[in-house]
Formats: sequence, structure tokens, C-alpha cells
Amino acid sequence: MSEYGGSATRPALPADAQSPGRALCYAVSDGAVIAWRNVIKIKRVPDVLVFVLISPIMFVLLFAFVFGNSINIPGGSYREFLIAGIFAQTVVFGATFTGAGLAEDIQKGIINRFRALPMSRSALLVGRTVSDVVYNALSLLIMALTGLVVGWGISSSVLDAVAGFALLLAFAYAFSWVMAYVGLLVPSVEVINNASFMVTMPLTFVANTFVPAENLPPVLRTFALWNPVSAVTQATRELFGNIPPGTAPPEAWPLQHPVLYTLLWAVLLVAVFAPLAVHRYRTSGRRS
Amino acid sequence: MPNLVEASGLVKRYREVTALDGLDLAVAEGSVLGLLGPNGAGKTTAVSILATLLEPDAGSARVAGVDVVASPREVRRRIGLSGQFAAVDEHLTGFENLIMVGRLYHLGRRRARDRAGELLELFDLTEAGGRPVKTYSGGMRRRLDLAGALVASPPVLFLDEPTTGLDPQGRRQLWEVIRAMVGGGTTVLLTTQYLEEADQLADRILVIDHGRAIAEGTADELKSRIGAERIEVTVADGAALEPARDALARFAVGEQLADVRSRTLITPIVGGAPVLAAALHELEQAHIAVRDVGLRRPTLDDVFLTLTGHVSAPEENHYE
Repeated sequence: MSEYGGSATRPALPADAQSPGRALCYAVSDGAVIAWRNVIKIKRVPDVLVFVLISPIMFVLLFAFVFGNSINIPGGSYREFLIAGIFAQTVVFGATFTGAGLAEDIQKGIINRFRALPMSRSALLVGRTVSDVVYNALSLLIMALTGLVVGWGISSSVLDAVAGFALLLAFAYAFSWVMAYVGLLVPSVEVINNASFMVTMPLTFVANTFVPAENLPPVLRTFALWNPVSAVTQATRELFGNIPPGTAPPEAWPLQHPVLYTLLWAVLLVAVFAPLAVHRYRTSGRRS
Repeated sequence: MPNLVEASGLVKRYREVTALDGLDLAVAEGSVLGLLGPNGAGKTTAVSILATLLEPDAGSARVAGVDVVASPREVRRRIGLSGQFAAVDEHLTGFENLIMVGRLYHLGRRRARDRAGELLELFDLTEAGGRPVKTYSGGMRRRLDLAGALVASPPVLFLDEPTTGLDPQGRRQLWEVIRAMVGGGTTVLLTTQYLEEADQLADRILVIDHGRAIAEGTADELKSRIGAERIEVTVADGAALEPARDALARFAVGEQLADVRSRTLITPIVGGAPVLAAALHELEQAHIAVRDVGLRRPTLDDVFLTLTGHVSAPEENHYE
């Protein structure tokens, strides 16, 4: 019965994986395997995607038709103003998905299978965050289509429009590392879904996403002006040409340089949370 | 034969609980060690340390000659782990699960596919291989999980309670598979709380309780440690248990055990059938109505009970 893999038939172990070049190679290829696995799940469980998308669509409709008439945007339409804010909110909320995916892997015990394999220590997290870019791209696509239906449009060049979506995805990728770390800390999927709300709600509402930040009371206003979500929104509005001509330039530095400020935040988030998350993954053994 | 798994003085503490309290163990190449103990004895913690999922607080361990703390990655290339909770991805098919594992062992795309196909066939899952795992039965999931542990044909396998939760038929099927693997020369460390399982599969058995080894040997050695034979009497009326205990006390060569729920008394003896006949006579004299009586060799249950003072699994008998 040597077909089960006795010593006589065992193939020689592959070459040692210690050299930095090989290690990087494995980090990329192992991450790709994990991303492949996650993308298969999008296909197999499309209802998850549907639920991910329903809430932003509802936000568009809610704000455009319910609040839209009471919020005044000088020189422009509220719906033009709104969609970039919804884009930013969608990608921030989408990061919860990253955390939930990891929490599920822990809950189901499959993380122990991965941790006992000779795969790269970052692969599970890299694969997860990369595959969630696919989710975010799909949800942005649906958002954009919904926006077009309610009267939003892009009035800039194709290049600027592409840059706008790329910036949103870059920020989404960085923010998903925050939730990856949180997902490894919490005991279950239910907890992350609730816990993440405490972060994502203030971040996306105390910002210039749904109302001009200038209209907020002083303390909230300062938070909103320096909130990276405001910068993403501002940058997206600029790149899509959604800022009405004649609008006064923003006073706060982050909103004067929204693309730069967003990218700085993206780099900072990855630099802080990627090592934290990988460390947590390496050291969190099962506790029974 | 050299030892492919070796641990000495393993200690692991969680806040207030000491899960492992200086555990030593060794598994010779090509053999099966059964790690036997009740829930919370430290079996899973021991396997987790040997499979590099946890670091010990003290002590050291080598697997396939490699130190688990110093070179965990090298250890991972030489082991397969199949866990208590079947760790397979529900949304992937059986085939995709095995390909994923193969690629993460760095077998290469081609080899990973071939190996996945081989294993599905070996584990009788070829037909189900194209279906998502969530459509599988418990036994099929276990077989797939075990197949995952074998993808890289590792020299050392850790099986953490491989049959917990399976029905008797599924358990027997899995035993067949494990026996065949061992026949192929794989070294296996198996944890179980089923004494029958250790009896069936393991060359040697290490009994642990409260994170410490309390006995080691072959199943026969362990059984002979607690006396060769015993008389088991089931009385018709529970109230007769104590009188029965007194009636048979003079035959006992060790402690008598009474289980109230099953109204059964166990008396270790030497001397075989003539002693049984004398014992029956004694019960008759004491006017104790007997429903069932027999002479039997001790099981590992008895061994466990004698060694630890409590029974192996909570759902089994409650002796006092």
C-alpha cells in the first residue's frame, strides 16, 4: 500500500526555501493560490456579493431621493456631489468583508491547516486582501451604474476617471489591512460585523461624503477635514469632474492635496497594519 | 528504528490552566503512537506544538529530526496534519481543496493536480471530487481532510481525533485507510479518546491526563498491568449492587468497581472459570438475582479507569 506515500516512494523534498529570492517568490505564488480560492467563493456564493452591494445601492437611493432635496450644494446638484461620497463609503464598508473572511477561516478551523503548511506566512493575508480588490472593483462598477441612473456623470477625461477608480481601489486595499488585523483579533464573524461598524460609521459619516464638511460643528468639522475618507471623496470628485465651477477652494491642507493625502494614508495603513496582522497570524494558535 | 517524533519536558500554560505539564513522548519511525486521554488532557495541545501551531513554554521537540521551535518551516514540509474539525473549504470542491493544499506545499501546478486526482481515487471520492464540499457527508469530509494531510506524502502524520463525530461505519472505514497508510511506512501520532481506536490502530499507547504521561506500553501490556481477568456481573435490582460487592469481595485481587447506572459490578480475579463458578455460587447463596454475568479480559476502558480514576469519555459509564 505504498501508494499512500510510504518512505520508499516518497519524492525528495523540494529545495530549501530560505533564500530571500525564493521566499519572495513563494509569498507571491502562495498569495495567488489563496486569492484564487477566495475568488472561486465569489462565484460559488454570489448571494454574498448581492448583500455587499445592496446596502450601497440603498444608500444612493435613500440619499438621492430622501435627503437630497433638503441638502443644498451651492452651484451644483446633490446627486453629483453624493456619488463620490458613496464610492468612498462603499470601499470602507467593503473592508469589513476582508475581516469577516479571515474570522470565518479561524472559526472553521481551516486557518490551522494553513498554519501547518510550509506556505509563506503572509500568503493568507495577502491573498485575502488582493481578492477583496475584486469585490471592491465589482461593487464600484455597480455603484457607478446606479449613479448614472440617478443622474450622476463623469465630466473629466478618461485618464482622470481611471485615476479616480484606481485611487479608490488603492485606499480600499490599504483599509482592508486594518480590518484584516481586526478580523484576526475577534472570536467570530458576528463580532467583526458589529465591531467594524463602530469604526466605519464615524469614518464615513463625519466626513464630506454626504454633506459639505464646512457645514459641520467645529469639533466634527476638524475631524472631517482631516479624515482620510474626506480626502478620498474630494479626490474622487475632482478626478470625476464633479465639483461645480465657482466652488471656493478648500481651506484645509488635506483637501487641497487630496490625492497625495489619500496616498499617504494608504501607505501608512499598510505599513502599520500589514506587519501587525502577519504577526498576529503567526502567533495565534488555537487555544484548546 | 530512530524516533521520528521526540518531545521532552513539554510545558504549555494558558492563563490559569496548565495544558501540558512536562510531557515526554517518542514515536519510532514507521510506527503508530496512540495518545490517549479524556477531554482536556492536553492531547490537542501536544499535537499543536509538534505541528508548529503553538510554541511550548518549556521543553523541546524534534519532528523528522528538525527542531519545532527553531525551524518550524522545515518541520511543516515534513508533516501532514488532520484535525479534529475537518479543516476543508466548504465552498471549494474536493478536487480544488486538494489542489490548493498541493500548491501550498509547492508541488507545482501539474504535480498538485495529479496528486489531487490520485488521492481522490484512493479515498473513494473521485465521483464527489467535482462537487463543493458542503454537499459532503461527515465521513466524506474526514476522508478529504485526511487526504489533504497526505498530499505531500509526508514522513510524519499527526491525526488529531480523526474519527470524532463519525458513525461506527465511517469510523471503521477511516481506520482501514489509516492502516493502509501505516503499511506504507508513514510514522503516525494519533490522538483519540476512543480506547477501541487506540487498541485497533496504535503500536504503542501513551495515556495522558492533566498534561502528563501516566502510562505507556502496548495495549496488551497496559491491560496486563491491571490484572488478567475480571468477572462482570449485572444485577437485576440496583439495590443488590452493594450486597453483590460484599459477596464477591473475597475473590477480588484488586479494587472492585460498581456502575450504578448499568447496575454492573466488576471484580478483578485470577483463576478463570472455576473462580467464576464459585462466584456464581456465592451470589446464589446471597439471594442476589443476576441478569448477566461473564468472565472477560480487561479493555482499555478498564485500564484508563484504573490509571486515572475516571472514565475515558463522558458519555460512557459512570463508575464510582
